[in-house]
Amino acid sequence: MNLSAETEEKVMFDDIASMLRTFEEKRENLMPILQEIQEKYRYLAPPALEMVAKRLGLSSCDVYGVATFYNQFRFNPPGKHQIKVCLGTACHVRGGDIILENFERKLEIQAGQTTPDREFSIDRVACVGCCALAPVAIVDDTVYGHMAPSKVEGVILGFEIEKERKEREKQDSESQE
Amino acid sequence: MNHKSKEKLLEAFASIKTEAEKRFEKIKGDSNQNIFIGMATCGLASGAIEVKRAFEEALAEQKINAHMISVGCFGHCYAEPLVIIDKPGFPPILYHNVTPGKANLLVKAFLRDDDPVFEHVLGAMEENELIPTVMEFPRFSQEKRVVMAKCGLIDPEDIYQYIAQGGYSALAKALAVDPEQVIFEVLESGLRGRGGAGFLTGKKWQFVQDAEEKGKVVICNADEGDPGAYMDRAILESNPHQVIEGVAICAYAVGAKRAIVYVRAEYPLAVKIVQKAIEQARELRLLGKGILGTDFDLDIRVFQGSGAFVCGEETALIQSIQGQRGMPQPRPPYPAQTGLWGKPTVINNVKTLASVPPIVEKGGKWLKEIGTKKSPGTAIFSVVGDTVHAGLVEIPMGVTLRSLVFDICGGVPNQKKFKAVQIGGPSGGCLPEQFLDTPIDFDSLTEAGAMMGSGGMVVMDENTCMIDVARYFLDFTQHESCGKCTFCRIGTKHLLDTLERITKGEGRDGDIELLEGLSIDIKEGSLCGLGKTAPNPVLTTIEYFRDEYEAHIQEKRCPAMMCRALTAYYIDLDKCARGCDACVGSCPTESIFTTRDRKKAIDQTLCVKCGECMTACPSEYDAVRKVSPPELAPKIERPEEG
Repeated sequence: MNLSAETEEKVMFDDIASMLRTFEEKRENLMPILQEIQEKYRYLAPPALEMVAKRLGLSSCDVYGVATFYNQFRFNPPGKHQIKVCLGTACHVRGGDIILENFERKLEIQAGQTTPDREFSIDRVACVGCCALAPVAIVDDTVYGHMAPSKVEGVILGFEIEKERKEREKQDSESQE
Repeated sequence: MNHKSKEKLLEAFASIKTEAEKRFEKIKGDSNQNIFIGMATCGLASGAIEVKRAFEEALAEQKINAHMISVGCFGHCYAEPLVIIDKPGFPPILYHNVTPGKANLLVKAFLRDDDPVFEHVLGAMEENELIPTVMEFPRFSQEKRVVMAKCGLIDPEDIYQYIAQGGYSALAKALAVDPEQVIFEVLESGLRGRGGAGFLTGKKWQFVQDAEEKGKVVICNADEGDPGAYMDRAILESNPHQVIEGVAICAYAVGAKRAIVYVRAEYPLAVKIVQKAIEQARELRLLGKGILGTDFDLDIRVFQGSGAFVCGEETALIQSIQGQRGMPQPRPPYPAQTGLWGKPTVINNVKTLASVPPIVEKGGKWLKEIGTKKSPGTAIFSVVGDTVHAGLVEIPMGVTLRSLVFDICGGVPNQKKFKAVQIGGPSGGCLPEQFLDTPIDFDSLTEAGAMMGSGGMVVMDENTCMIDVARYFLDFTQHESCGKCTFCRIGTKHLLDTLERITKGEGRDGDIELLEGLSIDIKEGSLCGLGKTAPNPVLTTIEYFRDEYEAHIQEKRCPAMMCRALTAYYIDLDKCARGCDACVGSCPTESIFTTRDRKKAIDQTLCVKCGECMTACPSEYDAVRKVSPPELAPKIERPEEG
């Protein structure tokens, strides 16, 4: 498991290195680069920031300063299923924080963290633009409107059942072979 | 421009328009039956994808030839998924809250058997003798759509649909006259910047046009950061070409060859649609080199903002494009003199730029006829919260808050009492009932202590705690403060800490005065709009709801019963039914136990006050109560196990 994570990381850094070569050494390219890395790998690993700094001729603290300034960037890998709980004004008024708390309690992690098995991560977001459906939570790409604390359990249970089913199928096909 | 090249320009545009009309006819197909389905964010969240699939399956099953056209946001989010069916012999009919089942029914009953299924109709889109029109609803008739006129009626990913409906003709018209004349029309219209501050757009353009330096830039500000407003996104996702046309007209008027659309990366769909729109416009030579055969060049690109509220401020936005932390800079120099890369720069909001094509098309005087004298034109609000018809509303300026909240948006649901309306997001303020007759325009709202801001409007009923709302906004601005000015960075933190104490029941005498004094200092000691306006939610709630602050501080009581530390749920044993278990399963923390006489009670040490048991309790018992302060809840011991 650890070994594969390491090779995965190596592939990622090699890939980032070749991607960086396509950008000119211009400061205004900093944000587009960070965005591209984040889009592809879903987070910015500290060594990746170092590589970016080197490529653009900036100090790594400068790059880190810019990256941490903006809400978009994250520095730890997200879970397989990303849960985003909207805490925009309309969702707040309708109890969005209670929804967030329920996810946190159920998964035993705080907003901004990932479960140890890297299955789920929780993030708080400010307004996803479906205020009329408040409170709203987004899991992966599915928007759940009119959320309720009791629905939280159902959403997570759905993923767990799906995972168990896949594992069972895998076992079944293995035993058949 | 001489006569000959003017003719050439108009000819070039006419040929594009003919092509667009031809294609539009072809899209409609031979059957001429069209189903328009709203596929913007609200629609998707309400299940538009399933509805679309259900339509397609039903059409295939019935072997009916009809066209499905995916359109953008119609603004009526409360009624999503929305579907318009246009069938020969009938007016176009709008159906609301369409489910896959209803889709199947509509195909069979309406498209096959000519029965429009009256019980599911919201209204017809045109005058006719058969079906009442949507115009009988104030939500439709009292709106005046200028910016959103085509939103929800065309496919945003097809430039020809926009052109066939009159799009880009304003650009052709503008290119045929001198830049000065374009600016004159915009000045004449009295259009004010829709980003919030309300500066005269024409004047801003003139400054940049007057600047002699080369390399001017136009920036379209779509960095919508207010956590309760989404109209910029809806416009970009539903009709991107109107914005691009506005950008092009602006660039021509001020003499810029480069333009940037600054969109938040959190809006991936908007980014994708705008990029596609720019490409399509370039293919038709409505952008790029030698636009429509003239010598005007314009290159537009999209820059993705990375989500910092302060980047909505123009100088911070420029910093962020240059790859820096988005920190505001002192003005002057204004961006009109020294902006992006030190060049003269126009920065306009999405709504401002989208207002430009209709102005050029119909003349500056036309806009003046809409709205008020000092604030001509329309305003777009995202009216959300405790209101019946939530969604995007475009109204002429000068309409009162009362008619917006009660007539147009249907008032407060569930027979609850209206308490306040929060306008302008984190920079705005909460206005109570006595301000409902305030007309909505830049100056009146500022006078009342709120502001136009981004156009976010949250309606709140009697169950909303004003201190908690102020705390919520401070939490937001505190997090988003860039840290440059001491008063904003540390002052907002102290405001937030004090408000948090109050909502937890740890308020002290003198807290209200502390909040007021600190608020004024922050306003005075901050450089940019974020700090200058961050205390507004605190100041307005203290001014209009001082009694609530006092109840929190002195009685440790939350009158709206919203602050969780100050409330408690309990089960009224006289009403609870023996043997009923409805609440037990709903509780996420297993805090509900069975008492000795087989009724239910709540363990206050485990309760997280989510209110699920209250929802779960069957209405014939209605046994769950909420009280504040929490001491009012009767204490019931959990019986020993066994």
